[in-house]
Amino acid sequence: MQYQEYTQSENNFEECTKCTICTAYCPVMQVNPLYPGPKQAGPDGERLRLRDPNFFDEALKYCLNCKRCEVVCPSEVRVADIIQSARIKYESNPPKVRDYLLSHTDTMGKLARPFAPVVNFATRQPLTKATMDFTLGIDKHRTFPSYSPHGFEGWLKRRRKEQAAFPEQVAYYHGCYVNYNYPKLGKDLVKVLNAMGIGVQLLEDEKCCGIALISNQFIKAATKNAQFNVEQLSKAVEKGLKVITTSSTCTLTMQEEYPNLLGVDNSAVRDSLLMATRFIYEKLEQGATLPFRPDFHKRVAYHTPCHMQRLGWGVFSQRLLQRIPGIEFTPLEQSCCGISGTYGFKKENYASSQAIGEPLFEQIRSVNPDVVACDCETCKWQIEMSTGYKVENPISILAEAISDKE
Amino acid sequence: MKSNEFDVIIIGGGITGAGTQRDCAMRGLRTLLVDRSDIATGATGRNHGLLHSGARYAVSDPESAQECIRENMILRRVAAHCIDESDGLFVTLPEDDLDYQKTFVQACRNAGIRADIIDPDLARRLEPSVNPDIIGAVRVPDCSVDPFRLCAANMLDAKLHGGQVRLHTEVTGILREGNTVKGIRTHNRNTGEDQEFYAPIVVNAGGVWGQELAQMAGIKVGMFPAKGSLLIFAHRVNNMVINRCRKPSNADILVPGDTVCIVGTTSSRIPLEECRNVAVTPDEVTLLITEGMKLAPRLASTRILRAYAGVRPLVSADDDPSGRNISRGIVCLDHETRDGVKGLITITGGKLTSYRLMAEMATDLVCKKLGVDKACETAVLPLPGSEEGSYEEVAKKIWENPTTAQKVAAARMGSRVSRIRSTDRRDEALICECEQVTMGEINAAIDRLEASTLTDLRRRTRVGMGTCQGEFCACRAAGLLAKAHGCIEKERADIDYFLQERWKGNFPIGWGDTLREAEYTQWVYKHVLGI
Repeated sequence: MQYQEYTQSENNFEECTKCTICTAYCPVMQVNPLYPGPKQAGPDGERLRLRDPNFFDEALKYCLNCKRCEVVCPSEVRVADIIQSARIKYESNPPKVRDYLLSHTDTMGKLARPFAPVVNFATRQPLTKATMDFTLGIDKHRTFPSYSPHGFEGWLKRRRKEQAAFPEQVAYYHGCYVNYNYPKLGKDLVKVLNAMGIGVQLLEDEKCCGIALISNQFIKAATKNAQFNVEQLSKAVEKGLKVITTSSTCTLTMQEEYPNLLGVDNSAVRDSLLMATRFIYEKLEQGATLPFRPDFHKRVAYHTPCHMQRLGWGVFSQRLLQRIPGIEFTPLEQSCCGISGTYGFKKENYASSQAIGEPLFEQIRSVNPDVVACDCETCKWQIEMSTGYKVENPISILAEAISDKE
Repeated sequence: MKSNEFDVIIIGGGITGAGTQRDCAMRGLRTLLVDRSDIATGATGRNHGLLHSGARYAVSDPESAQECIRENMILRRVAAHCIDESDGLFVTLPEDDLDYQKTFVQACRNAGIRADIIDPDLARRLEPSVNPDIIGAVRVPDCSVDPFRLCAANMLDAKLHGGQVRLHTEVTGILREGNTVKGIRTHNRNTGEDQEFYAPIVVNAGGVWGQELAQMAGIKVGMFPAKGSLLIFAHRVNNMVINRCRKPSNADILVPGDTVCIVGTTSSRIPLEECRNVAVTPDEVTLLITEGMKLAPRLASTRILRAYAGVRPLVSADDDPSGRNISRGIVCLDHETRDGVKGLITITGGKLTSYRLMAEMATDLVCKKLGVDKACETAVLPLPGSEEGSYEEVAKKIWENPTTAQKVAAARMGSRVSRIRSTDRRDEALICECEQVTMGEINAAIDRLEASTLTDLRRRTRVGMGTCQGEFCACRAAGLLAKAHGCIEKERADIDYFLQERWKGNFPIGWGDTLREAEYTQWVYKHVLGI
């Protein structure tokens, strides 16, 4: 037969053989009976939506976009992409004020930072939380991540000359969280890379990766961010620089969601984006060394964030942590923490969110580590809030394990 | 009157038979319909599912074209829930003669068919899947129709008007007393029971098998069966019917039907003996894909679900044994005047689109013979399911916030969907995930629509028609049938038959994802369930 050597459809939904393994692994399916599950919401639903767009099911909003369905799919169907694309195409409910506040992380960061102490104080007050719960639908159990009065960008700009002196250079896409909330992670990365003889540059400019905009249906804004970021990343890549990241979700968004959901071509930069743990692990494998402290001791449990799992790079973070002398390492079983970015902040999702995360929290309690390592900031908030255990990015643990100055 | 005596017996549960029974029943006659297997198993269920506007016949057969457009407009009203008012395009490709378009449009207009020449750019916007190279396009009021649903709705309405239906009941003889037909002898293939039924009039609506039936009464009716093969693609590539604007030829129609689209057909004369077992050949598959790609290039990379073939019941208009004088029009034979045999009528030829008119003609003749004076109402009174507006309105009336499965059920059942409203949550459990068929809908089909096997259920509910081809739904639906019939052993055989029949359609196009899926189905049934 000379025709039909392969079949292929937009978002490859026809490759599904209905084996249903995605539904078995979907964390939402375990806790929310209103969600039809990835197979029905994804490939099955797609056929029906092509028949009639009115067959779109509003319950698709319960999808976490954790992408575990894609990880387990033996037919490589991009199930979560099909679901998210359908939401983009057919969802009719306009986003709420709350969704705007939660998703515009760049704008909120810029507004809040000058008043960081006041904002941080205010968002921690039970009265504020109750008010936001009541008026906006942001669950009262949640605490907003604190804003840092001094941004990471400014800190690194002041060290531009010093960084430029290193023989090898990388660019760093820090994302909103490092810049507005937690510059320490960025500083830790600089410390580790500097110790390996590598200098860190900022991109000429960057915007939020846009994942929160996508999941809250601000598609135009997300697309604009995507185009902007790809342009900025290209400039660095043209200079022959690798671009390092410390957030698994930002990375997955720029690598996969840009072309698959937003239709933004990232082919020129896609392969130059690397999670820092992978970059450092590979350097160490090639013979680079780090000045590890002899007196370091820590019991670390590692949680693989869903998007790290989808990237397939969890193994690099694990191996890297295991290389640190003095680490007692326990890998946690694959399981979603339930927050999924802004999803868990919404009042209507709070109960599901906690129910999804419970098996993971239980594991952490039974392992009882000194610290939980994890590459994702929203997993960090969720685990810290739900278990009381401290959560750090593997890069921060690495930074702590090496001597301050040689 | 005894329970085996009727005013009229109709042989054949295709759309012609079902339509005729409905019409007769609505005119107050006591009716019986028998079929050797199920409704819509012959040509009725083995075509494009195209509700012709008549445009295809406008040039070659103006009379058929006029019939089609009249019936098309009637059926949109009375069978709304079976019809998707998609509209159609007649496109001219670079290799086609654009001059034909003028002839075509003129012929359409003469037949009363609205035909608008539109800019190829507009056509590409209206139907993005169409071949971008088209140099001309005409928009016509073609629709798609679900022949199974239409047939089942006719049968149901006949029953609501007191009609009786005996499916899986084969006619083994036509009872004659001298030159008068008295009734039929039957054999029930499910129970093995032999029974006779009597009526002053027997209507032969056996389609291509009408020749054999007529022979049982000692009458010669010359059928000229023509095989047509089609391919079903796994999802809707197009939303409008796409035709080639040229003299009708092979594989030049692509019809969107429910969740799939269908390209066809081929045409080849076959001997009558082969009609019960037609297979699609590799050459036909190649031809269908090659030609189909010219209508919508995306078909080249779209998964094919099944290949199937049907047999057109073409008939010679008179007793011409050479077959030169073949009619595609409606043939209604009164064997009393034609052959001197009283009490037998043959209704055949025609098209799916003109079934209602065929039924009306046959019923008019039946009534004339029985001396019944009642006008036909099938052009006015809607079929059960089509009484209320769109499926969205129907669903909204029943459920505040209908789920996808409820909306899909409403689109399939029309207003009859209110019958599956239930407070038992189990009724909402999905049996068929691909087509979203719930337990409630399956049970309704078993109770009300004479479904006794999985294949019967498939025709009535689309269970097993999705991409998994019975992989997940067959065993679930079989469980419900076993419960309804109180028999597990029979259902085992039923599953086996059903899956073999699914594989028969997969086989000619058994490659790629379809093959992977079939393989997976085999694992599930053979190696996991041990069937």
